[in-house]
Amino acid sequence: MAAAPVDLTLLREDLHLAEAGGFCTFEGWVRNRNDGRPVDGLEYESYEALAQLEGERIVAEALERFEISEAVAMHRTGSLKVGEVAVWIGVSAPHRDAAFRACRYIIDEIKHRVPVWKKEHYLDGDAEWVACHHCQTAPRASETDAHDHDHGQCGHHHH
Amino acid sequence: MRPLYGLILAGGASKRMGTDKAALDYHGKPQLQAAFDVVSPLVEKCFVSVRPDQTGNPVRAAFPQIVDSVDIDGPAAGLLSAHQAYPDVAWLVLACDLPMLDRGTLENLIARREATNVAVAYRSEHDGLPEPLCAIWEPEALERLEQQVLDGRTCPRKLLINSPTKLLEPYARGALDNINTPEEREDATRRLENPTGGPMIRLKLEYFAQLRELAGTREQTLETTFATVGPLYEELRETYAFPFEASKLRVAINGDFAPWTQPLKDGDHIVFIPPVTGG
Repeated sequence: MAAAPVDLTLLREDLHLAEAGGFCTFEGWVRNRNDGRPVDGLEYESYEALAQLEGERIVAEALERFEISEAVAMHRTGSLKVGEVAVWIGVSAPHRDAAFRACRYIIDEIKHRVPVWKKEHYLDGDAEWVACHHCQTAPRASETDAHDHDHGQCGHHHH
Repeated sequence: MRPLYGLILAGGASKRMGTDKAALDYHGKPQLQAAFDVVSPLVEKCFVSVRPDQTGNPVRAAFPQIVDSVDIDGPAAGLLSAHQAYPDVAWLVLACDLPMLDRGTLENLIARREATNVAVAYRSEHDGLPEPLCAIWEPEALERLEQQVLDGRTCPRKLLINSPTKLLEPYARGALDNINTPEEREDATRRLENPTGGPMIRLKLEYFAQLRELAGTREQTLETTFATVGPLYEELRETYAFPFEASKLRVAINGDFAPWTQPLKDGDHIVFIPPVTGG
């Protein structure tokens, strides 16, 4: 969890291992519209200690599940303007397939499990906490895997 | 829904207590009277279950009675005798040795009756199994109990475990602690001196995002007698008009995700986690 912009080249360095044949990143950016409304910027609030803990668990799960060398994930908090990097995932691996899949796994799990909330500030001066939209989105990589385990919420059971 | 009658079980031998548990005074009156007084306003009719040799007992004589007509040991005798006397009603059954019981626990039990279940009971705070003696028994459950007894097993708890029983999370901490020994009685008396009627614990709540804005604060310390976070959330939801149903939330206790059934203890740090929207 980072309250200020992070130097992405430093995050990349941790992944650049001799055994790795390549690496794959996902960057989430603040875009200028959502649901048809012009967006000025976003504000991310987190339950930082638990967000950090859950994020570390997700990275550890990815290292366990996929044939990868290293994985790094960063999520911003605070006020972000259009175009800024809100989330960054990097995965290096001996072979590309595992890197792509692990990267997808990590971003999907972050979106479902890490206690971070997004408030959109619109160009008209209005601001709103974004409603949960997991239920409508495509299934997570983990849900299509053979050994599915559900940590989700939003209508999923929480026991 | 079938009519609901009340049955206060007062036929026990009180062996470990050494004195009649129905006569013990926790609330300025005999405990049997206290139990009758809390149940009777909630039901159409209310009875006290007694053994044949107890009908004239001074503590029991003043109440409408159902005398055991079934010759077996234990509380199943009282339950089945009530069912034989009024086969078409459901019974709110209450043991008379639960002095910590609060009215809310019974009201919640009644509110959660469903046509699809044969009984409604609380999950024990001690072992997680159903508490049969503060429960609603529909006629179907008592018919099943009759059959189970014929098969040689008299345990009402076993019947609830093996039947479609609606199991509720504890409503108030310690409400169903049954008081069987002089030591437990001493402890119960001490706890009852607390004017809230249950052990009070202090919790620290932290709010984030939308809940923080609606609550108007990031942190809050509060005192409660709730045993788990479920009823606490319902209360807060009403106070602050939180838009989320509990089923949409997760909860963190002391820094990590926790089940909603985790027993609360003094000093716990609680965070209700609305649907997350990161990424």
